[in-house]
Amino acid sequence: MGENKQNAIGYSLPPVWTKLKQHAVFPHFNHDERARYNFLTNLNRFLSAVIAPGVQTAYEQRVEPTFRAEHGRSFQNRHELRQAISRDAYYQLWAALRRCTMEMRQQNGRAVVLRQAEELAQRVEEILRGHEDILRLKPNFVVPAYLRHADNHLMPGSYHTEYFEGDVANAANYDSGLFVTSGGMLGSLTDGGGRAIAQWVRENYPDFKPKRILDVGCGLGHNTLPIAEAFPEAEVWAIDAGAPMLRYGAARAIALGIKNVRFVQMDAEDMSEFPDGYFDWVQTTMFLHETGGKAIHKIFKEIGRVLAPGGLTLHIEQPQYTPQMSYFEQFMRDWDAYYNAEPYWGHMHDLQPEDLMEEAGIPRANFMQVGVRAVNDLDKANGSQVREDYGRSPIWNVFGGWKPK
Amino acid sequence: MKLNDIVMASDKAKGARPYFFDDPMSERVLNIAMAVATEVAVIRERLDTIERLLEAKGVLRQSEIEDFVPNDEQAEERQLWHARYVGRILRIVKQELDAVANPEDNKPMHQIADEINEM
Ligand SMILES: C[S@@+](CC[C@H](N)C(=O)[O-])C[C@H]1O[C@@H](n2cnc3c(N)ncnc32)[C@H](O)[C@@H]1O
Repeated sequence: MGENKQNAIGYSLPPVWTKLKQHAVFPHFNHDERARYNFLTNLNRFLSAVIAPGVQTAYEQRVEPTFRAEHGRSFQNRHELRQAISRDAYYQLWAALRRCTMEMRQQNGRAVVLRQAEELAQRVEEILRGHEDILRLKPNFVVPAYLRHADNHLMPGSYHTEYFEGDVANAANYDSGLFVTSGGMLGSLTDGGGRAIAQWVRENYPDFKPKRILDVGCGLGHNTLPIAEAFPEAEVWAIDAGAPMLRYGAARAIALGIKNVRFVQMDAEDMSEFPDGYFDWVQTTMFLHETGGKAIHKIFKEIGRVLAPGGLTLHIEQPQYTPQMSYFEQFMRDWDAYYNAEPYWGHMHDLQPEDLMEEAGIPRANFMQVGVRAVNDLDKANGSQVREDYGRSPIWNVFGGWKPK
Repeated sequence: MKLNDIVMASDKAKGARPYFFDDPMSERVLNIAMAVATEVAVIRERLDTIERLLEAKGVLRQSEIEDFVPNDEQAEERQLWHARYVGRILRIVKQELDAVANPEDNKPMHQIADEINEM
């Protein structure tokens, strides 16, 4: 089975893990390690397709009615709902299994990359030889405090930890395992978001010819490369706080033949290396919810500063919580904030994107927000029937706008 | 530098682990059972590969598998496999150990969230 294809019995199977493209820096997986990920991908698919819908049923049939009977009213916010549902046995079982798969995915991925960490580091070094100009790390770089404060999505050591000089283990783990938690919905290079945004910009603004593009919080460049590929004339800058991500990302870009991206270690809260108005397009992808409550405002101020008059800024995120969104849906979307170590996710989604854009110098009249579907090369037929799993949807919320000339 | 993947693979992420069951002990057992379930699936997939290859080539009799005794080198390889296997199965216990050993990395997530909101 290679696709997210609905089969004869009406169950949509995730693609097998070997559909991931094995570029030159990709960690080696032996037979059993691949099988372990096939099991986990299927476990996740089963949990989201079969088990998770029951949480809503339990909520509607007993959690909400019980609360209403006790209090004479329904829930007034998602936090109240969380407390009540946490006592429901079915919810507990789903949540315990979900947490378990997240931890197993990390454990299994770490076991693969740690045993070959030396070889991976060497390979990256070899690939980067002669291309030193595309990677700039800073020996005295200070990782933002909020990144050191939690291990986002339960990834021990987060994006920045180096187990030795030149290490890329955590980046290799991130690259090879995202497929498992996303059920293969992001494509064979885990770049469905970047492909979608590049395509959307080209279709909607065919005359837009950005000279310089900045990707803030690029990670290992999963979603930077499709943009660079779609705009080969542009000079693309990818910045991140994590040295292993940048190192691995630079080598991966070369391995995939993308030459117009440079990876620089930089804190997005202070991009003073870049002059005012330096970029025609400033992009972030699944980045904002992993920042901090003070940092996010500094970051938007900086984005507004480095964006050229007449330039475009776009931000791919999960949807904001609006008054129209039910408390149950808010709670389910908030789940990762508490239980999958995404501690800024909840707070961030309470902010209004229009306000954030104003901080970046985009007036309300220029504000835009659209839903963009991930472009997935593995999704040959009926992929759209995969059920959205709160926060793990292939349809992304994009907000942004054009800066006045 | 060689890393000790047997121990480090099960490192615990920062922040206290939430337990969803009323009795955390039974949730630990669930986690161990799920890891075992994974390994059963892994073996099943491997056997499936082998059976299909052997079938295609017509090379092996079942009695040869029954009678197999590993030499020393093979035995060591197998034991190393078992050690990593135990590491996977006891992840949850190792992470409880981390929680006890590193209380500074074991704050409740709502506290971390509020602190991060000030950063
Ligand atoms: C979830 S990853 C997203 C990666 C990438 N944009 C993608 O779509 O694959 C978030 C990244 O943001 C980075 N990050 C967080 N805060 C940052 C900051 N203040 N400056 C630079 N990078 C930051 C982290 O190191 C991490 O690699």
